[in-house]
Amino acid sequence: MLVSTLKTELELDVWDCLEAVTDPELDEPITDMGFVETVEVSDARTVRVEFRLPTYWCSPNFAFLMAFGIRKEITSLPWVKEMTVQLNDHCFGDEVNEGVNSGRNYHDIFAQYCKGERLDDVVAKFMSKAFDRRQEVVLLGLQALGHRAEDIVSMPLAALQRIEFTGEEELRQTPRYLDLLLSQGLAVNPDDLAFPTWDGQPIHAAALTKHLTHLRSTRINMEFNGAMCRGLAKTRYKEVEIGPEGPTLVDFIAGRVPPRDGANPGR
Amino acid sequence: MFKTPEGKEIFVLDGHTHFWDGSPENQANIHGKQFIDCFYAYHTNLSPSEELWEKSKFEKYSEDDVYRDLFVDGPDDMAIIQSTYLNDFYKKGFSSIERSSSMAARHPERFIVNGSFDPRDGEKALEYIHYMKETFDIKGVKMYTAEWNGDSKGWALNDPAAYKCFELCEKLGIKNVHVHKGPTITPLSMDAFDVRDVDYAATDFQNLNWIIEHCGLPRLDEFCWIATQETNVYGGLAVALPFIHSRPRYFGEIMAELLFWLGEDKLLFGSDYAIWTPKWLVEKFWDYQIPEDIAQERGVQLTDEIKEKILGLNAARLYDIDVNKKKVELAGSPVQIAAE
Repeated sequence: MLVSTLKTELELDVWDCLEAVTDPELDEPITDMGFVETVEVSDARTVRVEFRLPTYWCSPNFAFLMAFGIRKEITSLPWVKEMTVQLNDHCFGDEVNEGVNSGRNYHDIFAQYCKGERLDDVVAKFMSKAFDRRQEVVLLGLQALGHRAEDIVSMPLAALQRIEFTGEEELRQTPRYLDLLLSQGLAVNPDDLAFPTWDGQPIHAAALTKHLTHLRSTRINMEFNGAMCRGLAKTRYKEVEIGPEGPTLVDFIAGRVPPRDGANPGR
Repeated sequence: MFKTPEGKEIFVLDGHTHFWDGSPENQANIHGKQFIDCFYAYHTNLSPSEELWEKSKFEKYSEDDVYRDLFVDGPDDMAIIQSTYLNDFYKKGFSSIERSSSMAARHPERFIVNGSFDPRDGEKALEYIHYMKETFDIKGVKMYTAEWNGDSKGWALNDPAAYKCFELCEKLGIKNVHVHKGPTITPLSMDAFDVRDVDYAATDFQNLNWIIEHCGLPRLDEFCWIATQETNVYGGLAVALPFIHSRPRYFGEIMAELLFWLGEDKLLFGSDYAIWTPKWLVEKFWDYQIPEDIAQERGVQLTDEIKEKILGLNAARLYDIDVNKKKVELAGSPVQIAAE
């Protein structure tokens, strides 16, 4: 029997590391999106994570990526010896669950269902969109602080790291932008340009406005998904009841979507 | 008919509506249940609270409901009813042309009923197109490239089998092809919302009009790019429009992109009834202005003239409807609800 304080601590550990798993299409942590329903540590070595997407029809390829993302992050915790990931209520749930818990890699499994195709291109495409979205926030933040186009496009990485943003979005996205610069090798040294394009090219001052237009169009698409997904996640399993006071939203299946318990890191 | 605050009468042709049966009796399996549940989540998520329906009504509404919601309470003059089969999920089809046509027969002057086919059915699809033309004289079809069919979990507009069907449509004068490119059900493909097949099909079938429902959201950028290259590609506003209520500024960004890239003559109003009802959508749309900073950046604005085109004139052109004649015809048979 696991002591409950230890259990809570380990579950917090799991919740923390799940923040590193993002919905590839939204570039938001699955924990922020409320996709993770259950984290359970049973004997200080075994973890079970259940997640649910906003609809039964959410793209299976992204469901695969998230399931494998969860697996990868959890198994990187040194104390975890065994784990199970379960995707609930999804049109491809059985295949995803069988695949992610089989120990095989996702390329093999996905190829089996998709005529040998690979997910690499999709992963790369959505990482570039994530980059655009994060970069837009930082660029607009700098403009709002009064930085001119010439200064922005020539700003070295070290200078960006010293900027003190105050806006909520900038505070959230700047570290995520810096992470991606580093992990993709787009800006590594202090004097590397802080704002290359995804292809690694510098932006010319005169072309900054046009570049921002491109970033915005990426964001419009991602926001559509984000708004849809948040809304649908919220309304799933709720339905309308017409009472004397007019329509109200009530839980359709009571307790079907449990709130996160004490294991929530309380962000 | 929508009347502006100044008293001007605006012709409204609702380009995207359904008469579906998603009730448990018609559901063939769990997918059928999940499909209508997902629609219902769209409804509850994006509707103003006073416009919400109970689940059972949403699953299966009556012929009278359609008439009242669109034409009596709603401002529509005419509506295009789309057919969607989803035969793997629903016993008698989700919204079949037979059921919709029988409903529409009560007010034929107000409805355009479109057909649908699945190119993966091969020869049968071709026979079915002939049947729909001969029986219902269809002017358009609705394509659902994400539809499941046995082992296949989706198809593309430029598949050879699809091209055979479009050749026949062209020959028979079925010239409006509505394509569902948007959210809900997704094929198990590399990128579920890919719109590139539209580019091929629109180039190869110049005499057909390609109306991309939901504007390819969430691939608006790629859709805009394709639509700019092709003169015969249009954008249907269903699903984009309800954001006017929940996220008006964001709706302005979408409209600015569409007006900038496609232009005012290529956009079609669609309520997506019964997911949403047209009354509140049209009222809010008429009142709406793109926020000044967004409008300025793209050099576009939703003027009254442009709104009138989007609400009806553009679709009327595609379906050869003489709006002035139609107004006279409809004035002769004003909307009314039978005594209950």
